[in-house]
Amino acid sequence: MVIERIEAQLPGAVLERHAFRGDATVTVAGARFLEVVDFVFGEGFQMLVDVTAVDLAIPEYRFEVVYHLLNLASQARLRIKVPVPEGAAQPSLASRFKSADWAEREVFDLFGIPFEGHPNLTRLLMWEDFPGHPLRKDFPLDGGDLFCSQDIGASFAPEARSLNA
Amino acid sequence: MEPTPHSRTDGDRMIVNMGPSHPVTHGTLHIVLELEGEIIVKATPNIGYLHRGVEKLGENLTYQQFIPLTDRLNYCSSLMNNVGYTVAVEKLLDIQDPPRSRVLRVLCSELARIGDHLVCIGINAVDIGAFTAFLYLFRERETIYDLFEMMAGQRLHSSFTRIGGLFRDIPAEFEPLCEQFLESCPRTVDEMEALLTHNPIWADRTKGVGAITPENAVSWGYTGPCLRAAGVPQDLRKGQPYLGYETYDFDIPVGTTGDVYDRYLVRTEEIRQSLRIVRQCLDRLRELGPGPVIIEDYKIALPPKEKVYTRMESLIHHFKLIMHGIDMPVGEVYSATEAANGELGFYLVSHGGKSPYRIHVRPPCFPIFNSFDEQVRGRIIADAVSVLGGMNIIAGELDR
Amino acid sequence: MAELNLDDSVMTTRLDSVVNWARKNSLWPLPFGTACCAIEFMSMMASRYDFSRFGAEALRFSPRQSDMLLVLGTVTNKQAPVLRQIYAQMAEPKWVVAVGVCASSGGMYRTYATLQGIDRVVPVDVYVPGCPPRPETMIYGVMELQKKIGRETLSARKEHIERFYRSLARQEELQRARGLSSYQVVREMVLEAGAAGGQQIW
Repeated sequence: MVIERIEAQLPGAVLERHAFRGDATVTVAGARFLEVVDFVFGEGFQMLVDVTAVDLAIPEYRFEVVYHLLNLASQARLRIKVPVPEGAAQPSLASRFKSADWAEREVFDLFGIPFEGHPNLTRLLMWEDFPGHPLRKDFPLDGGDLFCSQDIGASFAPEARSLNA
Repeated sequence: MEPTPHSRTDGDRMIVNMGPSHPVTHGTLHIVLELEGEIIVKATPNIGYLHRGVEKLGENLTYQQFIPLTDRLNYCSSLMNNVGYTVAVEKLLDIQDPPRSRVLRVLCSELARIGDHLVCIGINAVDIGAFTAFLYLFRERETIYDLFEMMAGQRLHSSFTRIGGLFRDIPAEFEPLCEQFLESCPRTVDEMEALLTHNPIWADRTKGVGAITPENAVSWGYTGPCLRAAGVPQDLRKGQPYLGYETYDFDIPVGTTGDVYDRYLVRTEEIRQSLRIVRQCLDRLRELGPGPVIIEDYKIALPPKEKVYTRMESLIHHFKLIMHGIDMPVGEVYSATEAANGELGFYLVSHGGKSPYRIHVRPPCFPIFNSFDEQVRGRIIADAVSVLGGMNIIAGELDR
Repeated sequence: MAELNLDDSVMTTRLDSVVNWARKNSLWPLPFGTACCAIEFMSMMASRYDFSRFGAEALRFSPRQSDMLLVLGTVTNKQAPVLRQIYAQMAEPKWVVAVGVCASSGGMYRTYATLQGIDRVVPVDVYVPGCPPRPETMIYGVMELQKKIGRETLSARKEHIERFYRSLARQEELQRARGLSSYQVVREMVLEAGAAGGQQIW
């Protein structure tokens, strides 16, 4: 229902929509994003539950930043997805929702997507000079530490008993 | 308490590190406190000391293999994380677990909720200096551990649920011990309340500390006992029921000021309400009688061992599920359950295939800890300790 | 104890024995609790398992005042320099017990963020497996440590503690030279040690 109201009020803002398994989802272009957020805030979606991102690595755009909103009065949920190409910035919602503060910092830390207008855009979970952005698909799971995936027996000194001999 | 004129004109602020290794850190966190005398001028939380890379690891594991990782998110109430995750995967698959499994999931969720609140209140009390309450509450938590061990084989990290149901049914000894627990827990909670609720020291340390308005709490993304203590009657068990919660009879306690004292009262009352739900679950289990606890679809759930050892198709199903995993539909879901700390959400993106393309955990204490600076600014260091305890920050789910 | 009773008022024994006996029965733990094992540690301190029977009731969260470092839970790469700092601040004699599989070997977290075992960055005396280990297992681990302490001789120098302090000096040198944070320096030292075939950076 809210998707229909968005499409009625802001024609052309919604690029794609679905309600897979009952989750109302709209994909919105970056340029119209803030308008849509302000509109749904007025409709009652006043809690920003979560901000996250998905690294899709498709040619048109690389990331999709995903926002989950909750309407406390009607208990309705809404997911807004914004396609973001590599290197592009996303407007920050920190001035509208206080919960956007750390959520956007986490997306910046783990994906490398900058948020314009964020009061303190620094790394959150990794340390300041950590090289790379871990949740990107081209970042290896072990972060370059071979012993994450190698057998223990190979790593200790030769005179130690090998568990995998 | 005003800073002395000397320090105000001095402009010399002291920086004190709380953590990453500190007795009052719940899990491991780091807070940089800028102090003028004993007044906190700014508190900067610095997290990530327990960031283990769970979300990235999930992209390389099958959906079933992710279940033990969910245990270790909120490790004080592991079962609720299992339930939350498997409910999310079942939403993606569009399946439902059998009725007996639903009742058992509610039962163990509520036991886990009681356990979490016991730890939270106990540790909050220990931080403030009341060690006795912790010992009394841990005695009850040991009984809960015994119940979990009986159900799932492990005290703390049970990994009890499976996609489509549960690992196994409860044994016969479970019910008498659970009945005994339902007798002894209210008495222990009464004892604890006798120690704390009207205790002037407890009131001094917690009343008025960390108060928050409902609008501010909603803006910060608060959910769970902290939001309810602020006066917003939001509980996913009532608002967006799952696992049949709409059929159970229970109330949700709502506070007024949102301070640490209200959070403590809300948690205490939630323990009592959860005991009500556990009583109803036991009655319901008796009514339902014996039955399956996992769906019979062998493309999703493992067939029972007797069939695997005797029939060819069951062996093939077993092999395919273990080696290949479940064939998931393409799509994305967000599923949230009311965990002990608030809304625990799982966002799953599936591109078909045996591993999720992206799995994101929405931890309830993440936005709550985000508001820490606002909560303690202008207060003394001792209040920082009370507020931290009242927020129930579990680093496992905060950092993932 | 090799003793010879003389009138019940004089006892002869070896200095090593009596010092070790005193040390092992009054281990003051520093619970370096990071994750779930800390909850089982809390159970161990509570009434049912009662760790204070072993003389270890005095939990000292300050490294200066404790002698047994119990690493309870996952130590991530971000936490590694913190752990080294805490270990460095402890006064000797000091022992380290790696409680749980995450502290012993990285546990189920074979990822970019988790240290694959604390023995890469600090010397460890006892490893207690389990995820989480039951309180009885942790108590057994401490009892094994007590046996180990009983076998120590006062005259033997703790070579591994010396090597640790040298590695700490090397870490600080690298931090100054390259202007990196301690987290990045420790991470690079660990990766370097791994690439060279060893695992420990101390």
